[in-house]
Amino acid sequence: MSDSLQRTPLYDLHLSLGGRMVPFAGYEMPVQYRAGVMAEHQHTRNAAGLFDVSHMGQAHLRARSGRVEDAALALERLVPADILSLKTGRQRYTQLTDGKGGILDDLMVSRLGDTLILVVNAACKDADLAHIAAALGEDCIVEPLPDRALIAVQGPQAGAVLARLAPASADMRFMDVAEFEVAGVPCVASRSGYTGEDGFELGMAADGAVRVAEALLAEPEVAPAGLGARDSLRLEAGLCLYGSDIDRETTPIEGALEWSIQKSRRTGGARAGGFPGADIILGQIEGGVSRRRVGIAVEGRAPVRGGARLFADDAGTKQVGHVTSGAFGPTFGGPVAMGYVETAFAATGTPLFAELRGRYLPATVAALPFVAPGFKR
Amino acid sequence: MTVYYTKEHEWLRVEGDVAVVGITAHAAEELGELVFVEAKDEGTEVAQGDSAAVVESVKAASDIYAPVSGTVVGFNAALSDDPSLVNRDPEAEGWILKLRIADVGQLAALLDADAYAALIA
Repeated sequence: MSDSLQRTPLYDLHLSLGGRMVPFAGYEMPVQYRAGVMAEHQHTRNAAGLFDVSHMGQAHLRARSGRVEDAALALERLVPADILSLKTGRQRYTQLTDGKGGILDDLMVSRLGDTLILVVNAACKDADLAHIAAALGEDCIVEPLPDRALIAVQGPQAGAVLARLAPASADMRFMDVAEFEVAGVPCVASRSGYTGEDGFELGMAADGAVRVAEALLAEPEVAPAGLGARDSLRLEAGLCLYGSDIDRETTPIEGALEWSIQKSRRTGGARAGGFPGADIILGQIEGGVSRRRVGIAVEGRAPVRGGARLFADDAGTKQVGHVTSGAFGPTFGGPVAMGYVETAFAATGTPLFAELRGRYLPATVAALPFVAPGFKR
Repeated sequence: MTVYYTKEHEWLRVEGDVAVVGITAHAAEELGELVFVEAKDEGTEVAQGDSAAVVESVKAASDIYAPVSGTVVGFNAALSDDPSLVNRDPEAEGWILKLRIADVGQLAALLDADAYAALIA
């Protein structure tokens, strides 16, 4: 494996757990452990999975004025979400957009006291933080946190597990953010994740990461889960993978992410627009789009992967879209996929045909998520 | 009964003029759990090295190449309902397809068990 790949603070723990390490976004990460992708997926849906997501980018954003409202208003110049109304102890999903309305990255924004905490994708983190610093540097300080780890514990038993180790976590609801110690290590916890299950993401100093991970793994409900399970879990949950399902060539509206643009930022809202590509994105909310991201359920058992073409007919003459990610969904019990189709073919239940090895498999536009979420609302 | 192996981590067991083809335990371990297996239709002629079947793990699809030229004459139907049989018993119950061998001369260039064991050592 290349010397240039980075390792997270949990690297040695992954090896001791039988992790099969693969290069991912510049890191050596476990794609699976001894149990295997299917078992890790099912264990996360049935009990609790522990994921190392320390490769993701974490940063603090603070206003030079010291007022968190100024940091929120500044960040709203780069993202379409309402950040000003985000209360302390709450988290929100949004996107960094460009002037064409494309998505530079998607990210989670939390407010805790006078600080906004950003979590961005591993592959994008350097570009994101440079972009934010360049755009907001006059008003804000962007502090990258390369020495912080991030551990996700996800699944229906995650709440019970963390309540045992950190009783304060029991009061949190979906998308809440709080600080407490786990195994004596100060953590910033959000009750959120990337699996469609209840659960937490715990940020901590790198030197405390092994202690937290080992404390969680010592609980009987918790088993380690790798990138393979993370991908099938997020796909069943209908959650986008940046670089596959959304990118610079797709807008948040084409990506069916308009739920993440609050009324205050839309046309007629108190702080309408003001982010890159706002004219295009807000125009699309009013006027519609020519293609939309949808879920796709394919008949049979053969998984249809990213790149597969989607047709209106079983002879493959009229292409109406393509798959952006697809896999076998262990909980769904069949192949699951997402992709973009022309708007006329985007309604749930629309029949389609997915190209696979020269054949055209019957498929249907499916409501997302494929598996009902388990969030603690 | 003679078993041969290939550098592509397949095995074939020669039974008369038919080769029963599967993937090795090493390949099954590397691929992880299979979620789908399919072979070319019976009657399809394949040349040595052509894709004769596809196995799909949770993450990716992989071709199974014809280890010798021949005609597809069978598929392990048990894999349609239970593809993970390949993971549990790759070199016996988890066989994938049967080929009627076109040129027995191609067998001589394949690996024997010792040579394959050395390859993956």
